[in-house]
Amino acid sequence: MELSGGQIVVQCLKDEGVELIFGYPGGAVLHLYDAIFQQDDVQHILVRHEQAATHAADAYARSTGKPGVVLVTSGPGATNAVTGIATAYMDSIPMVVISGQVPSAVIGSDAFQEVDMVGITRPCVKHNFLVSNVADIAETMKKAFYVATTGRPGPVVVDIPKDITDPNIKVPYAYPESVSMRSYNPPREGDQAQIQKAVDLLLSAKRPMIYSGGGVVLGEASDELRAFSRLLGYPVTSTLMGLGAFPATDSQFIGMLGMHGTYEANMGMHESDVIIAIGARFDDRVTGKLTEFCPYAKIIHIDVDPASIAKTVKVNVPIVGEVGIVLKQLIAEINLNPRRVGVEVLAAWWDQVKEWRSVNCLEFDRESTLIKPQYAVEQLYKVTAGNAFITSDVGQHQMYAAQFYHFDEPRRWINSGGLGTMGFGLPAAIGVKLAHPDADVACITGEASIQMCIQELSTAQQYQTPVKIINLNNRYMGMVRQWQEFSYQGRYSHSYLEALPDFVKLAESYGHVGIQIDKPEDVTPALEEAFAMKDRTVFLDIITDQTENVYPMIEAGKGHHDMRLRVAPGTPIDRELA
Amino acid sequence: MRHIISILIENEAGALSRVAGLFSARGYNIESLTVAPTDDLTLSRMTLVTRGSDEVIEQITKQLNKLIDVVKLTDLADVVHVERELMLIKVQTEPSNRAEIKRMADIFRGKVIDVTSKSYMIEMTGSSEKLDAFVAAISEHNIMEIVRTGATGLPRGVGSLTL
Ligand SMILES: Cc1ncc(C[n+]2csc(CCOP(=O)(O)OP(=O)(O)O)c2C)c(N)n1
Ligand SMILES: [Mg+2]
Repeated sequence: MELSGGQIVVQCLKDEGVELIFGYPGGAVLHLYDAIFQQDDVQHILVRHEQAATHAADAYARSTGKPGVVLVTSGPGATNAVTGIATAYMDSIPMVVISGQVPSAVIGSDAFQEVDMVGITRPCVKHNFLVSNVADIAETMKKAFYVATTGRPGPVVVDIPKDITDPNIKVPYAYPESVSMRSYNPPREGDQAQIQKAVDLLLSAKRPMIYSGGGVVLGEASDELRAFSRLLGYPVTSTLMGLGAFPATDSQFIGMLGMHGTYEANMGMHESDVIIAIGARFDDRVTGKLTEFCPYAKIIHIDVDPASIAKTVKVNVPIVGEVGIVLKQLIAEINLNPRRVGVEVLAAWWDQVKEWRSVNCLEFDRESTLIKPQYAVEQLYKVTAGNAFITSDVGQHQMYAAQFYHFDEPRRWINSGGLGTMGFGLPAAIGVKLAHPDADVACITGEASIQMCIQELSTAQQYQTPVKIINLNNRYMGMVRQWQEFSYQGRYSHSYLEALPDFVKLAESYGHVGIQIDKPEDVTPALEEAFAMKDRTVFLDIITDQTENVYPMIEAGKGHHDMRLRVAPGTPIDRELA
Repeated sequence: MRHIISILIENEAGALSRVAGLFSARGYNIESLTVAPTDDLTLSRMTLVTRGSDEVIEQITKQLNKLIDVVKLTDLADVVHVERELMLIKVQTEPSNRAEIKRMADIFRGKVIDVTSKSYMIEMTGSSEKLDAFVAAISEHNIMEIVRTGATGLPRGVGSLTL
C-alpha cells in the first residue's frame, strides 16, 4: 500500500486502535487534516483552544486507560498545547501529541509559525521525535505509542514538518507489529529478594500503613491493591491521584493524606512504624516538611520508575517493577508465610486510628444559611449515587471534591494533581463524556478556573456532550484567598473576582442550560434537575459561602502531626501503643 | 564528591540537549561534558564530570537512565579507571623565561606545539588534577589562553561499557 505522509499518520492511528483525536487545524497540518477528511475511522473532535485538546485527550486517557491523541498545528498551536502536555507529564498520563512543523527546508529560519517544539517540550514530555523522512513516520508513531503507554506512562510529542505529509509523495506503508528499543526496557517483576524483605517488614509491623498513589490507577492494579490490603487488614490511605483505587467507602480506607488529607491519615502516617508506598511518589503536597515526615517508619516503596524511589525520602526496601505484578508477588509471598501481625497489636493500632477518625476532621457547619461548598459536593455524591465521573479544576473546590465525593472505583476522579492546571476541568469533562457517553460526568469547578477554558462550552454544544458543570462560585480564587488569610494577615491581593459574567446567560448563549442557586435547600433539587436532563449540558452556578476554607490543612513547612483543624482535637495522642 | 559518568546514548539529533537540559532543569552541576562518536556510529559516547552527594549522584544516574535515548551508563568513580583530559595552553614568553617554561612543560610531559617570538603553545594530557597542577605551577608567568576538553575515561581491565 502506497500512502502519503498525511495518510500514513491517520492510518497509523487506525492501526493503533485510536478512535478519537482532539485537535485544531492550521497551515502546517493542512495535509493531515485533508487526510482526516477523507476517512471516518478516526473521529476528530474540534476544540476551541489547543490547551483544551490536550486536556480532553488527557482525561480521555485517564478515564479509559487508553492513550489520548492530540493534533495541533505548528507555532501558536503547538505552544498552546504545552500547558496540557506538562499537565499530562506531571501526572504520568499516556498521550501522543502530533504537532505540525514548518517545512523541513525552512526549519531554523524563523519561518512563519515556527517554534522549536521538540526543544520547548523536552522538559515536559516522556520523549519527543522530529520526523525527518516520510518513510520514518510509521515506525516513529509506533514508538511514540509504545513509549507513551509502557513503564511509567507519559506524553510523547511527534513533530512533523509539513513537507513530510505532502499528498504528492507516497511511500509503501506497513505499521510495525511490535517495536523494541535497546535503550528503553521498562521493568516488570520486582526483585524476589526485595519482595521477601518487604514481606518480613510488613508482617513484623505494629503500626502499619498502606499509602497508595496514582501509579495504582495508571498500572490497572486496583484489584491487586484491594486483595493485598484486605489480606493484611491494614489502614489504607491514598494520594489525591490515587483516589478510587481502593474504595473510599471501605472501612479500611482512612481518607486522603497530605496537605488537605484527613487527620487520621496524616496522624497515621506520622505514627506509623512500617509504611508501604505503592505507586506513589512522595510529592511535597503529600509529605509536608521532609525532615518531619514519618519519623518512626521503615518504608517500602514500589514504583515502576526507579527515579521516583529515594528522590526525596529515603526508603528501606525499594522495589522497582509494575505495581500490579509486584503486588501479586507480595500476595503470593505473604500467603506462603505463616506469620501475621498479632490480632491484638493490629486491633490496638486500629483503635488509635479510630480515635483520630472520631475527631471528624471534615465536619463543617451544617446550620449555615449560606451554601457550604462541602454540602454541595456531598449532595452531588448522593444525587449521582457515587457513580459519576468527576473532573475538577484547581482550588478549594478540587479539595472539597476529593474529600466529599467518595470514589469507589479507579479512573472516576479526573484532576490535575501534579501541575495543578486551572482550566483542566471542562475540557476534561468533555473528553470523559466522549469516552463514556452513558455515564454521568460532572465538572466540579470554581468561577476563576472555569473561565480559563470556558470557550469549550462551544465544543460541548457541537458534539452534544451533556456534562454537568458544578460551579462552586465563591467570588474568590478561594485557595489563594485561604493562603492570604492564613499567611498574609488577610491581605487579599488580587484574589477577589470582580466583573464575573452572568454564568446562566453565558451557558444559555452557548445553547446550554444555566441554573443559579444560592440557598442550601435548593442544592439537591437543582442537582436532581440537572442530572435529569440527560441530553443537556447544564451549568449549575452555586453561590457558596465566600469565607469557607479547606480543612484540615498542613501549612507550608509543617509536618503531618501539625495540622490546622477547623476544631482543635481534644484527644491526646498516645504513641506508646502496643 | 567528583564523579565521571560515561554515557552511551543513541546518536540522534538533540541527544546532547536532552542531557544538558536534564542537568539545568534539575539543578545538577556539570563540570565538564565531552561528546563524540565512537566506532559504533549509531551511538554517541558522552563523558560527564559532576559533583554531588551520594543521593544527588544516585538521582543523576537514575534520571539519565530514564532518558529514552540513553542506552547504558556507568559511573567511573565506582570502578578502577583511567582518566585523561587534553589541554592546550598559550603562555606569553620573554627571553628570560622561555627556557624555564619549556623545562616545566617537560617535567609535566607536555609538548610545545607552536612557537612565536613572544609565546609558546603547550599541549598536555593527563588527569584533570595534573593539568590543574601544571596551570598552578606556571601561573607566575603570563598565561594568555587555556582550552581544556574536560575529562574522559575508561574502566581498567576487561570491564567495559559496550552493548
Ligand atoms: C493556570 C493556573 N494559574 C494560577 C494558578 C494558581 N491558583 C491555584 S488555585 C487558584 C484559585 C482558583 O480559584 P477558583 O477556580 O475560583 O477555585 P476556588 O479555590 O475558589 O474553589 C489559583 C489562582 C493555577 N493553579 N493554575
Ligand atoms: Mg472561587
